[in-house]
Amino acid sequence: MIIPELGPPKENIIVKANNLVKEFEGRRVLDNVSFEVKKGEVLVIMGGSGCGKSTTLRILIGLEKADEGDVWLFNENITAYDDKQFDAIRKRFGVLFQSGALFNSMTVGENVSLPLHQHTELDENVIQIIMRMKLEMVGLTGFEHLKPAEISGGMKKRVGLARAIALDPELVFYDEPSAGLDPVMSAVIDELILDLKKKMNITSVVVTHHMDSAFKIADKMVMLYQGRVLAYGTPDEIRNSDDPVVQQFISGSADGPIPYRTSRDLYLQTLAGIAEERIDTR
Amino acid sequence: MTNIRLPSILDPVAIIGKKFLDIIKLIGGVGLLLSDTFFWGIIAPLSGKFPDRKSIEKQLIDEGVNSVPIVGLLSFTVGLILAMQTSFNLEKLGAATYFPALVAVATVRELGPLISSIIISGRVGASIAAELGTMVVAEEIDALRSMSLHPVRFLVFPRVIALFIMLPCLAMLANVASIAGAFVFGASTLDMSFASFKQMAFEYMTDTDVWTGLLKAAVFSFLISGISCYNGLTVTGGAEGVGRATTRSVVFSIFAIIIADGIFTAVFYYLLKL
Repeated sequence: MIIPELGPPKENIIVKANNLVKEFEGRRVLDNVSFEVKKGEVLVIMGGSGCGKSTTLRILIGLEKADEGDVWLFNENITAYDDKQFDAIRKRFGVLFQSGALFNSMTVGENVSLPLHQHTELDENVIQIIMRMKLEMVGLTGFEHLKPAEISGGMKKRVGLARAIALDPELVFYDEPSAGLDPVMSAVIDELILDLKKKMNITSVVVTHHMDSAFKIADKMVMLYQGRVLAYGTPDEIRNSDDPVVQQFISGSADGPIPYRTSRDLYLQTLAGIAEERIDTR
Repeated sequence: MTNIRLPSILDPVAIIGKKFLDIIKLIGGVGLLLSDTFFWGIIAPLSGKFPDRKSIEKQLIDEGVNSVPIVGLLSFTVGLILAMQTSFNLEKLGAATYFPALVAVATVRELGPLISSIIISGRVGASIAAELGTMVVAEEIDALRSMSLHPVRFLVFPRVIALFIMLPCLAMLANVASIAGAFVFGASTLDMSFASFKQMAFEYMTDTDVWTGLLKAAVFSFLISGISCYNGLTVTGGAEGVGRATTRSVVFSIFAIIIADGIFTAVFYYLLKL
């Protein structure tokens, strides 16, 4: 397992998280999470539902603030940045949200060209050319006049990706890119992620619990479990991990240390009102 | 975390206290949202950050133009009803034909702005809350923020400014439609001519009556758009949350309008004696 060095990032490190802690209503959802991502690398953050993956992503892209720890993007400590300070950094990365998060009042073309209209002084003709190029990159040439309601879920994801790379960012964050997609479309999204890495040297941080995709695209993987980093290493290191929780997760088995349900005795006590429901898997 | 359980006799106190705190939180939240909106509408353009014109045009049509039929029809009906009621009661004093004056003044001072605002709370307020709430649930607001596009600049300001422009216009439409409804009653039941109706209706109406009514409509527009945008942007809990936000928007908007109307009435007609 990789043990990350704390402190400011070394050269070539695009994303660095040091001892992130986050609590919601007294519940610690992130507990000293640390990792780093090199330029051009694909880091997969994986784990079960409720392990803190999405919270980690939201902290990295500035939608939440960590309670403790710090986050470095492009060698800047963005931990205490307010919205105005973060705005300059945000133009250097793109985000693909789980459902695509397209604006339903706009066409596909208007969605993709929105960042270009708002953050550049380019001529409208040039913006239209770039928009069509981005749609071509994700395999949606000719779809610019359709509305989001007129396209499928997989297409929405691809349009979301085209929008995320509209400003040619150095870094792209993906929130569950394969969620809700059929195996073929999931494979298409995986290929797009790898394509962007190969052709544009884009660094990627991918939150997913889709194991096939994760092992296909990852250069490094971080597995979160109950808010902590359980495993951190290359795909081979993760595959060969002797931690039973890691093995249960990557094999997708219902049996193992991650319980399907609470114990029978605790369940009976809860029904009778003797014990409060607790989920304690340790 | 240990939960402290109060004696059940204090439950009504806790419920009232929570409701009071919720209202304070709403007032504070709406106030902050509107001040942010003023920043994006007045200060930010000075540094070249203009609001999106197309969004504003769309909202002017959605909120204003498309509300014309319902505001016109309902105001016409209200004018008709008001004429019937006032004429019936004035007849006991032998002054049935004076109803145009009463209807006209009451309409431009009070009922035109109030009725149009209540209609718009239901039609536009609910729509704003539902649309913004759905955007929150679909992560569209997060997507805007992640692209350094401020949701207040792109979503809230167009809605606020469009309603600020349109609601006084709709209030004026409501005034005209109500008075037209009153005329239809007068012409059909009392054989009143247009000339005599017009003379009677405008004899006691002053400019102050008209502009105080329009000023109320302008203020009501901020209440409706601010409360609706705030409830929409603070949605939690998926589709159920969107439904709750929509209902809260309409209820709180109407509540706020009527309280504000009471304050305006006291200030304009008793304090300032306008």
